[in-house]
Formats: sequence, structure tokens, C-alpha cells
Amino acid sequence: MLTISLILLPIIAGLLTLTTKGENSKTIASIFAFAEMILGAYVYHSFMPNATSQFAVSYDWIHSAGIKFSVGIDGISLILVCLTTLMVPFIILSTFKNNYKNAPTFYALILFMQAALIGVFTARDIFLFYFFFEVALIPVYFIAAIWGGEDRIKVTFKFFVYTIFGSLFMLLALVYLYMQTAGIAHKSDFESIYAAAKTLDITQQSYLFGAFFIAFAIKMPLFPFHTWQPDTYVEAPTAGTMLLSGIMLKMGTYGLIRFVLPIVPLAVDKYGMIAVILSVIGIVYGSIIAIQQKDMKRLIAYSSFAHVGLMAAGIFSRNIDGVQGALIQMLAHGINVVGLFFIVEIIQQRTKSRELARLGGITQTTPNLTVYFIILMLGSVAMPLTNGFVGEFLLLKGVYQYNAWAGAIAGLTIILGAVYMLRMVQKSMFGITSKITDGFADLTLSEKVVLFPLSFMVIWLGIAPNMFLKFTEPAVSQLLSILK
Amino acid sequence: MNAIIALSLFGISSLFLGFLNNRKILLPATLIFILIALGLNFTDWNHEYLWFNNMLRTNNLSINFTTVILLAGLLVVAISRGFGDDEEHSHPAEYYAIMMFSLVGAIMMVTYENLIMLFVGLEILSVSMYVLTGSDKRNLRSNEAALKYFLMGSFATGILLFGVALVYGATGSFDIHGIGLAVKDAKSQMGGLYGPILTAGVIMMLAGLLFKISAAPFHFWTPDVYDGAPSLFTAFMSTVVKTAGVAATYRLLSTSFPDMYGTWGNPMVYIVGATLIIGNLTAVYQQSFKRMLAYSSISHAGYLLITVLAKRPETNASVLFYSLAYSIATISAFAVLILVSEAKSKAGKPDESFDALNGLSKNNPLLAFVLTVSMLSLAGIPLTAGFFGKFFIFTDAFSNPSGIFKSLLVVAILMSAVGIYYYFKPIIAVYMRNGDIEKIEISPIYKYTLILTTILTIVLGIAPDLVKKLF
Repeated sequence: MLTISLILLPIIAGLLTLTTKGENSKTIASIFAFAEMILGAYVYHSFMPNATSQFAVSYDWIHSAGIKFSVGIDGISLILVCLTTLMVPFIILSTFKNNYKNAPTFYALILFMQAALIGVFTARDIFLFYFFFEVALIPVYFIAAIWGGEDRIKVTFKFFVYTIFGSLFMLLALVYLYMQTAGIAHKSDFESIYAAAKTLDITQQSYLFGAFFIAFAIKMPLFPFHTWQPDTYVEAPTAGTMLLSGIMLKMGTYGLIRFVLPIVPLAVDKYGMIAVILSVIGIVYGSIIAIQQKDMKRLIAYSSFAHVGLMAAGIFSRNIDGVQGALIQMLAHGINVVGLFFIVEIIQQRTKSRELARLGGITQTTPNLTVYFIILMLGSVAMPLTNGFVGEFLLLKGVYQYNAWAGAIAGLTIILGAVYMLRMVQKSMFGITSKITDGFADLTLSEKVVLFPLSFMVIWLGIAPNMFLKFTEPAVSQLLSILK
Repeated sequence: MNAIIALSLFGISSLFLGFLNNRKILLPATLIFILIALGLNFTDWNHEYLWFNNMLRTNNLSINFTTVILLAGLLVVAISRGFGDDEEHSHPAEYYAIMMFSLVGAIMMVTYENLIMLFVGLEILSVSMYVLTGSDKRNLRSNEAALKYFLMGSFATGILLFGVALVYGATGSFDIHGIGLAVKDAKSQMGGLYGPILTAGVIMMLAGLLFKISAAPFHFWTPDVYDGAPSLFTAFMSTVVKTAGVAATYRLLSTSFPDMYGTWGNPMVYIVGATLIIGNLTAVYQQSFKRMLAYSSISHAGYLLITVLAKRPETNASVLFYSLAYSIATISAFAVLILVSEAKSKAGKPDESFDALNGLSKNNPLLAFVLTVSMLSLAGIPLTAGFFGKFFIFTDAFSNPSGIFKSLLVVAILMSAVGIYYYFKPIIAVYMRNGDIEKIEISPIYKYTLILTTILTIVLGIAPDLVKKLF
């Protein structure tokens, strides 16, 4: 029941928000988002560290087809449910300065998005998963396409068509798997699908691998399916970018862990190397492009692309360190990237510019902003004692165990990451004050309310990563034991 | 069965209602008539009957198809707004009567047991549609459309009739179950080698029916006719006629010719593939919203016909669900189109281009939302009925083991991705482009119809079992 409430609460909240007028919608939306966060905390608190699916419920959804509305939370889901419930309130708070037209719709869409995301991460039935996977796209499309920048129509449309195109391949794969389940009355819950997957031969698995890989690689995105990403991140309003990069991107990595690893292990054996190579190319390529960016938002977009490459490489290395690293990094990356995009938004609101060349010298008047920016930046470059370090360390260890060369090249991410992040901070914050940064006001209370918890989590998670790793470990071990 | 009798009587009586010189009574009267027919339709539920010396056979499948058809008819009548007060439509009673007669034809097409009844039903439906297509008397395009539809339609009916004659010659029966038995005998005696007469007969019957469904390569009339006809009757054509045509084809192939799958199976795969590709790819290039909907209806004919090829007991429910989802979404799209195109009429003619929709959401949020939901449903995006329609069809289709069919499925999936491209054009126009549409006044019944279709689309998109269980 708890899981269902996690999905229902944002939907109800969204509908309530729709009935409000103007400014009130912000307040209502954030109150409910915090209520959802408390619910999430309760789930975290009462979660047992074992591999079972907890708080599970299952109802008949489409009876004749054996499809169930079945949700539950295991260790892997838990970390993503926590990420979603933690981030959405801050994403909503981060928009308090903005006055969007049709604000109630805007906030309702964010809340609907949250419901769909929780649905994706807790679904225990392949078609329910697919359902939420697609539904999550609709609110974020409208958020980006209605409240986005100049070029939004073309860019968001490309994003939508691109990702739906990928998901349709996944639908094909899912229907195929469903047809392989035992008996005349097919079933679509995860257990039946995993059982059916054991009977697949290498040819079948290869096709399925291809279909899943395209779907998730577009979603994350992995090289060379990333062309929609930087433009969409830049054109979307910052809240939309946060949702996309902070949470939605993890639908792809989650899908890899949930479907690709256990369902098509033979194909992963055969083609995993290609996936790792693509991921590693993405890491280096994304980082190098990030170094050359002039626009802060675009820079972070490319950095996100590089980071997700490392997560994918870790997942495809199929050892406990790689997968565990990917999971903790999903959480860490979500926190860091939401924080960084918020800082860009703050700078843009005050100076009307995101261009590094026109900024500089902001530190002189903004001790608070500088501290938070540097903490989040250090998290992103994986400094020890920050959340990024734990994830990247485990990921690199995992990739190195899989293939030393891939590990070595992927390790460049730390060096290159430091280069582009430090460059961004230096060019925007330090140096000589420019015309537009003159008299830059320091953080207001509402901004601190967002940045303080995020920065706190960066450090806390860096010191005590085990608070999540201990929950994911049993589920990951069980998953990897399927592969053996 | 009672629905046929009732609707025929209601049709005639509404002609007499026209003498009352009271236009206001016609719309509610027709709605009530169709609702009564809908109720009477269920009197045969769970009883399989043969009627009129084995001419018609009611079973649950035919009753369900009748329900979908009557529901579509009901919704179209509900958005007819009494046909205005202008000189063009000086005799609204006739339109309502013709619509009810055409519904009778459609019901006969889904209930027939004897092929003669298929022919008669098809003709009743078609002749009504020829008249309605040309009902915009002063409009040249409407006249052209009616003539084109009539000429090509009568040719197609002729081919169907020729096919019926050939099949009768080969099997000695007009009865679809009788033909099925004869074909089975022929199969067991000759091992699947059928004479040229039977083969030619089957192919010709299919050609005649596929024309009505507007499947490629028999689709050339569709865009012009759909574009030229008054939008209301285009909505009627693309829902009622299409459902009836698909149901008739489905009934024919699954009752009479399942044993001849070898003969019609592969040609059908190519026809479906061509329909999907032509319908979807051509729709991408349209500038007119109405013409885009015409091509979209061609593409949906393709998806619906996939069910004819799938061999699974669940397929009955899938084809019904898809027809329902498609009809509801299409009618709401047309309902919005009718309002907007009239509000933006250029030189007395309704403006049916995508540009007419620009900025609709600003002053008409309800219309924008209705249109969005219907487009999402037609595109097959989750949370709408259209997604489950496609989902059920694809799932059934997977049970057909032939390799060529698997490639058809890949084509179908790719084409649904193409579909998203053009179904999003109206959505982008209403929400993201700037335009100047004043607030459009909507009558209550029109508004409730829009709300009803939208809610139905969403509810069926969340809980398809509500309806699918009934099928």
C-alpha cells in the first residue's frame, strides 16, 4: 500500500494544484512534494536490507492478458525512489523566483512526472514498467516545450520522437518476452519474465539486447545516441532540465540493471564489450566537448553525458563494484546536477547571461554562493569525502576489473572532469568583475533553502555512502548471481 | 437484431418529424432513437440467433461491433448541432434520417450470415454516404467528392458482387458458414489446391471490402472524399464506415476462409504493410489538418487489418477495443476541427489547415486539451486508449509465427513512430504557436460530448479492462 501511496500522492497533489490559481500553486505543490519526501523517508526507514521486493502489492490490471498492476520496492528501486522523492521538492523550490504563466499547470506536470517516475522505479510487471516509462515522457515534454527557450519547439520535438522511437523497440522486445512465458495464458510479472528468459538462446538474446540497448541508450543517453540531449537540456526551463538530467536519465540506467543484465546475459557476454567501448567513448568525448563550452548550462549537459557513460560502463562490467557504483552514482549525480543547474539558473537570473566569457568576479560579493558552488563542483569532480567520489571510485574499480584498458581510459573522467568543472568555476566566479556581474547579490533565503540541503547531502553521502549501499547490496548480489 | 428494425422505423419517423417545422426537436429525438437502438441491441446478448431465413446471425461479437458503431453514430449526431439554420441545410430531418439508415446498413454488415445481406448492408451504407458527402450543395469540392466516391464506390461494390457470385459458383452457397464448410471439404479433398474460381472470388470480395476500409492500394479516393465532405460526415465515414468494413472483413475471413489462409494471407500482409506505409508517410506531408486525418484513417485501417491476420482467440476483443479507441479519438479530433475551422473561416470557407489551430490553448483551453488527448490516443501514447489498442493488436500479432508477418510488425512499429511526428503537429500548434482565436462558444451538448470522449479515452487508457472484459 505504501508504494501505491507513493505513486498516488503526487497525482492527487497535481490535480489539486490544477485547481489553484497563480501563486498558490507553488506553495501547494511544494507542500505535497515535501509530504512525498516524508513518505519516501518512511519507506527508507522501514526498508529491510535484503533482496526481496518489499511493500509489494499486486492487482489484476488487464486480466485476460495476465498483466498485473504490481509494484514493490527492492534495494535497487529504493535508491531511485529516494532520489525522486528527495529531488522533486528541491526542484519545485528552485522555481520559487520564477513567475511562470499558467503556473498551476507547470507544477501539476512536475508532480505528474514524479508519479510516473516512481511508477517506473517500482513497477514489478514489464508492461506496467513500459506504461510508466512512456507516461513519464509526456509531462516533461510539455514542460520543456511550453516553458522552454527560443528554439524549444524543434528541439523538444526531436527529443520526444527520438525517445519514443527507442521505447517502441523496447515494447517489441517486451512483447516478445511476454510471448515466451510458460503456458497458454502468458504472464508479464518480472519473475515469470526472468524465468522465461532462461530458455532463450543466443540469437534471440542478441535481438532482445539490441532492442533494449537502443531504448535505454537513447534515454540516458549514450554515445552515439546523445544528439538530442544538449539542446534539450539547454532549451528546457531549468526545472525541466533538472527533472531530465537529475532523475529521468536514471530510467535508462535502471532499465539496464533491471532488464538487460538479468534477461539477456549471454548477449551481454557477447556484446557487452561494444557497449563498454561506446560508454567509454562517450566519457572522453563528452568531457572534451564540455571543456570547450562557452555556455554554462550546455557545459553541465555535456558533463552529465560523460558521467552517465561511466555509469553504463560500470553496469556492463557486471561485477558488484560496477553495479553498486552505478547505483550510488545515480543518486550522487542526481543531487549534484540539480544543484549545479540551480546555480546556473541563479546566475542567469541576476546577469541575464550564462556565457562564461561575460561572467567573472562573482565571488567578491557572494561568499555563500561560492561555498555552495564549490561543494557541488567538488562532488561532481569526485573529490574524496564527497558523494561523487564513492560512486566513481566503485565504478572505475568495476570497469578496471572487467577490462584494464577500458578502466584506464574511463579514469580520464576524473582528470577531464576536474578540468572542465574548475574552468567553469574559475571563469564564472573568479577573476575580474565584468559589467554584468558587478554588484551581484548573494543568495536569498529561498535559494539557500535549496542549496544547503543539497550541499549537505553531497558531503554526507561522501562520508556515509553505506547508508544506501547496504540496502542495494543484497539486491545487486542476487541479480549478479542470475548471471553466473 | 431489434436494433435494425428499430432504427429503420426511427429513420422513417424522423423524416416525418421534419414536417413539424420544429428544428429543435430533431437532435434530441435522434439521440434518443439511437440510444434506444443501443439498448435493444443487447436483447440478443449471449444468444446466438439466426434471423430471416438464415440471412443474419447475431452473436456477441456482432453485438459488440454494433455497440461500437452505434456509439460512434451517437457521438457524431451529438456534435451535429442541428445542422444550423442556413439555407444549405434546409431539411435537417433528412440528414438525421440518412444517418440512421446508414447505421442500419453498418449493422447489417457486422451481422450478416448470407453474403447477399453483406451486399445489401454495404449498399445501404454506401448510398447514404454518397448523399451525405455531397450534402454541402454549393461547395464544389463536396460535389466533386460525392461524384468521385459514388463512381469508385459503385465500381468497388460491383467487384464485391462479382466475387460473391464466383464464390457461390465454386461452393454452391451464400451462407458464410456453408462456404466455410465447403472450403474445408475442398481442402481435405484436394490438399489446399483451390480452383481458380474460388480463389478469384475471394480476392475480388476482399478488394471490394478493402475499398470501403480504404486500405492501400484501394485508398486513392479517401483523401479527396474525406477532404471534400463536410467535416461532420467525414467523422462519420472514418469511424462508422471503417468499423463496419473491418468487422465485415474480419467476419468473412474468420468464418468462411480461415482454411484458405495460404491464398489470402500473404497478399494481405503486403496490403497491410502498404497501407501502413502509405498512410503514415503521406500524412507527414499534409498541410491541412483534415487531410492529415484522412491519411491517418488510412493508416489506422492498416493497424486494424493486422487483427485479421493474427490467429488468437483474444483477437476479437483486440479489434473491438481498437475500433472503439480509434472512433472516440477521431470523433473528438473532428469535433474540435469543426469548431475551429468555422471560427477561422476564410472567405466563407472553413479554414482546415494546421495554422488555423495556432494558439488555440490561450482562449479555449478545453478544446486544446481535448484535441491533445485525441491526438495522443491516435498516436498510441500511453495514458490513452489508443496505446492499449495498439498494444493488444501487437500482442496478438506476435502469435502468428510466419516470418513475413514478423517483418510486418516491425513496419507497424516503425510507422507508429512516424505517426507521432504528424500527430504532434496539432498539439504543437495549439500550445506552442501564437495565434488569434477568440473564445469559441460551445453548446452544452457539444461540450459534454467532448468531455465524454476525452474522459473515455483517458479512462480506457488507464483501465482498459473495464471495457475489454465485456468484449
